[in-house]
Order: sequence, then C-alpha cells, then structure tokens
Amino acid sequence: MAYVAVKGGEAAIQNAEALLQAKRRGDAALPELSLAQIKQQMQLAVNRVMAEGSLSDPDLAALAIKQSWGDLVEAAFLLRAYRTTLPRLYYSQPLDTSQMHLKRRISAIFKDVPGGQKLGPTFDYVHRLLDFKLAAENNTFVAPERHRSDENTGNGNGKVLDPSSLSPPIQSHCSTPRITDLLEQEGLLQPEIAAAAAAPFDLTRQSLTTPTGRDARLQNLVRADEGFLLAMAYSTQRGYGTNHPFAGEIRMGEVEVVICPEELGFEVAIATVTITEVQMVNQFKGNQATPPQFTRGYGLTFGYNERKAMSMALVDRALRAKELGEAIDGPAQDEEFVLFHSDNIEAQGFVQHLKLPHYIDFQAELNLIRTLRHEHDAQGIQGDGEDKEER
Amino acid sequence: MEIVNALSPGKSTAIEAGFNFAYLDEQTKRSIRRALLKAVAIPGRQIPFSSREMPMSYGWGTGGIQTTASVIGQDDVLKVIDQGADDTTNAVNIRRFFQKVCGVKTTESTAEATLIQTRHRIPETPLTAGQILVYQVPMPEPLYFIEPSRTEANKMHALEEYGPMYVKLYEDITRYGQISLAYDYPVMVNNRYLMKPSPIPRFDNPKMDMNPALQLFGAGREKRIYAVPPYTKVKSLDFEDYPFVVEQWEHACEFCGATDSYLDEVLTDDQGGRMWICSDTDYCNQRQPGRQG
Repeated sequence: MAYVAVKGGEAAIQNAEALLQAKRRGDAALPELSLAQIKQQMQLAVNRVMAEGSLSDPDLAALAIKQSWGDLVEAAFLLRAYRTTLPRLYYSQPLDTSQMHLKRRISAIFKDVPGGQKLGPTFDYVHRLLDFKLAAENNTFVAPERHRSDENTGNGNGKVLDPSSLSPPIQSHCSTPRITDLLEQEGLLQPEIAAAAAAPFDLTRQSLTTPTGRDARLQNLVRADEGFLLAMAYSTQRGYGTNHPFAGEIRMGEVEVVICPEELGFEVAIATVTITEVQMVNQFKGNQATPPQFTRGYGLTFGYNERKAMSMALVDRALRAKELGEAIDGPAQDEEFVLFHSDNIEAQGFVQHLKLPHYIDFQAELNLIRTLRHEHDAQGIQGDGEDKEER
Repeated sequence: MEIVNALSPGKSTAIEAGFNFAYLDEQTKRSIRRALLKAVAIPGRQIPFSSREMPMSYGWGTGGIQTTASVIGQDDVLKVIDQGADDTTNAVNIRRFFQKVCGVKTTESTAEATLIQTRHRIPETPLTAGQILVYQVPMPEPLYFIEPSRTEANKMHALEEYGPMYVKLYEDITRYGQISLAYDYPVMVNNRYLMKPSPIPRFDNPKMDMNPALQLFGAGREKRIYAVPPYTKVKSLDFEDYPFVVEQWEHACEFCGATDSYLDEVLTDDQGGRMWICSDTDYCNQRQPGRQG
C-alpha cells in the first residue's frame, strides 16, 4: 500500500545504524583510529567533550568521539547519557586552584605578578599559517629544553625572566596565589562569600528553576555549549550588557580532587584533573551600601578549554546584573534566556525533533487552513472592494 | 537472529545486560514517582522533576520515556504509539528500547495494554480503569507563547491569571472567525489549572475529560511532569457563543469505513490523488475482518 512507505520499520532503523557504522569506519584499507590516538592527538576535542558531557574521563570521551564519527556535540551527548546512569557516591571538597600544578598562567592586568607569567602551550602568538609540513606523517616535535630558571617563568611577552627578578618562580607543586586574592586583600575586589550552610544546588539531580542562585548558574554555564557561550560573551563586549572585563588571571593545570567520606572523617585525594580557570575583573560603580570596587566573573572548565572558560566568565558576570543592581538590557544578562538555551544536549534534541513524524498535527493544520481559506473566499465573493483592500 | 525477535511486539524478552530494569536507577525512579504523586494530587499543575539525560535525544520523548520507566513493572503490557500508529519509526524505537531494558510484554492492542506511551494521539478505543496513558510533551507551559518567561508564567498560574489566554482566543475569533488552534489546544483541568494536552489534535481533547484511565504527562527537556487523575474534569477553553468544536471529515476511512475516528490524509500520487485512513492503526485493524490481532 502506498502509505506504508512513509512509516519506518524495525528493519529500516537497524539498517540505518549498520550503514552509519560502516560509513564511520571509512576506507577499510586505512588503519582504524585508536582511542589512544584520539586522546593524545585530539586532546582539545576530548576536553570539549568532557566539559559539555559533564564527565571528566578522557578515555570515555575519546570513545565517544570515535563512536560519534567526530561530531563533538553528539559525543558530549553520549557521555551525558552514560554519566546519568552512574551512582552519585560523594561530593568532592571545593577544588583549591591556588594549589594548581600550573601548565599555563597569565594575567593581563599586571606586567608581572607574584609567581610569574607562563605562556604554556598556546595558539595565542602562533601565526595561523597552514603548516604544509604537517601534512606529511612521521613528524617529530620536541618540547623545548627546560632550564631550571625558565621552566616556570616567562612573562606575557614570552621573555624569560631572570630568576633574580621581582617574582619568585612558580613552584609547580606549591601554592601560587591567585591575582584576584591579592586584589581582594586590598579590598578592591568584591570578595566571594560562600553561601550559608545550605548545600549547593546540584544541576544533575535537581530541576533548574528561575530565579536561580549563582551556584546553579555556574553549573549550567560550565556544561554549556561553547559556541553559544562565545556568542553571548561577545555580545556583552559589543554593547548588549557591557561590563568592561579585564583578564585578571587565566590559569590551566592539574588540581587534586579531594573527598571527605563521612565514614572516614578525613580527606582523601581521589584524582587529579586538568582544569582551566578564568577570573575576569570587572568594574562596579558601587551603590549606597558599597563603595566602588571591582567585581568578578568566574569561568572554569574541565581540561584545557580557554575560549570557553573566558566566555563563561563574561557571561557569569553579565548574569550578576540583577544582584548588582545593574540595568538588564542585553540577552546575556537575562538568566532565563541564557540558562535555558545554553545546553546543546537539550537544544540539539529539540531542534532536531522536527524530523520526527508530525503528520497528525499537520493534518489538523491542513483542516484548519482549508476552512479558513473557504471562509475567506466566501467573504471575498460577498464582500465589496473594502474587503479586498483589507487583504 | 535474536535481536529481530526481540523487536516484534507480543513477545517478552530478556533484559540487556549491564542496565538496571527500565534503564534508570531506583533512586531516580523513586524521585520521578514522587513528582508523579504530587502531580496526581494537584491535577494539571506542572511539577519540576530532575529529568535525566536518556540515550535518546531530548525532544524525542525523553519525558514520556522517563515517566514510563518509573512506573513500569515486570507484569505490565506496553503499547507505544506515535501519530496513533504502532509502526512509526519513533514508536518502534521507543518500544524496542523498553524491550531491551525491561523485557516486558508489548502489544499493539489498546485494550490489552496496561501502559500506553503516546505521542500526538489518544487511542480511539476508550481507555478503561487501571490503564495508564503516558504522553510525551515538548512544551508543557501553555502560556509560553504569551509569556516566554517561566518565572512570570509561574506567577500567572499561581494567581490563576488566565485572562491573556482568553484574549488570544478572542483575537483569533475576531481575525479568523474561529479559534485557530488545531492541536495542543489548551484545557482547564479540575476548574483550576490551565494545561497543555501535548500536541494531540483538538479532536482528541474531549477524550481526556472524565477518563477512567490515569493520564501522565512527561516533558523531559523542560523537566516538568503533570497529570490528570482518573475521572477528572478537563474542559477545552471556549466561549459561550463560540463553543469548542472538533474537526470532522467528509470521508470515511478507506480501509475500515470508520467515520468516528481521526483520519489521516495520505497522498497517493502526484496528480492530487489522496485517501483518508485512520491514524490509529490498532483501531483500524480491529475493525477490519480478518485483520484482528
């Protein structure tokens, strides 16, 4: 029967999946990608998938990238769907990023800072020229020789500082103060005060409802689609909710994850994760109760994910408009607009659900539009010129 | 092949290893059931719940799937329909998911099912006491096209401030001579809460009223659950001089001759040829001699 063709069967679904798997593998004459290769050579993709997939596990993220044919949003979705089946055993203690084993650390607000500046592996000052040599395989690249003196220092200009200069070198395994802590000491930066005893919101276990607290907002932003956050952050720079940011500090490196199980009564380090932390310093004119001071926008992501972390910090600050008594006139300041449209797992699903059959609703629309047209035509025949003009 | 057998309705199969019964862990199911109980206690009121990522996309029935997963038991007989049909891709896909993670018996027969998950239709065969109908809901908030802010919409519900919805319907009448909502037509539940019936055609709205079955609505992406308990008043919005009406066809079903069911128009060629058939495939089959079961 003619109509059978519009209905999908079980066989069609199975064949579509088999075809996808074959196409994903590509030319069988070429070696198959290994998870180790993805994990090592596509690390930034792995990082993005871990951040948006809300699960710090490079092996599973690499598997998701392989399985998703390189579609990173799809890969993040695979991770999310997996993580939701995992039991929630413990909440970690807050990460102490001042104890970070630093791989990169820059501040744009001081020429030099205690602990020094360190560029680390960055695209920032690379000339974006296609490297045709890279097209050939079997390249070897050697990390620069590290001297004791320059291992951990090097200011924003890329110049290696003399060890006897102002700042002691960063000792990667000991504490490096955050620039924002120094501003805070002088009272110039609004301190972040831990919320009262109440347990923090848990986005993965609770339904997000507005108005939200900053804990819920930050959790939402940390998993948000990078492209969406980038555009939102950019819009604040172009005047839609301007908040004059300075990059107070950007740091990337490894931190320990610590839990304190009740049954033990003491802290145990269970993992080391690489994270990127961004603290933006923004103007605040003050109000009757508060003298003028700087305020903070905060960004954090799993892995090395600087563009995302910076975007997050700008959007976090924009979303503090209400709390700081600022006018809300840009989309990035509207928490409902930002938080309910930031999640690409939700967004991709709803946009793409339009592919599902909708023929029943369309039938209802067909019936309606035919009725309306019928009435319209009937009126046109009866009516005079005035009616026609109205059309 | 085992897999092929597992997909056919009517058979109960072994559960896929490595997953909890009905996929979700018991804690999550319990939290969803708490939301469901609250929803039943306050008919038509949207209850936030901790919606989870599912192995299917948000927007593809995850609210309905989570609702089904949290109420389904080993002895349930499950029917899944999309557009009224058991054999549409989405219905097939959701049915095979539950076969994989629950191993329950499935059916295409409305009467035989204890639990029916649906998208966009209410079966033509009247439901009976003890049955549960689970709707997949894309947009639970009936006021969203009037007031996109959920914070504001929540206030309007709390204050029963539904005037703007009536104004919208009134504007339709002044502009088109009738209310131009063909599906997802708003209803008032138990004289208190304005509710979206999910995108069922308005033809199905009257079936919700005083229905003996329990009707549950799950919106996964929007993280809301609501319910219409058995024998609850559900009234489609209208005006005294413009009463609510359902659509009618000048045709009967090509296959079973039904004149009381929702007909789906099928294009048969590129010359304007078309025929009208029941959208409810089970109802249509039951009415055709020799096609039962």
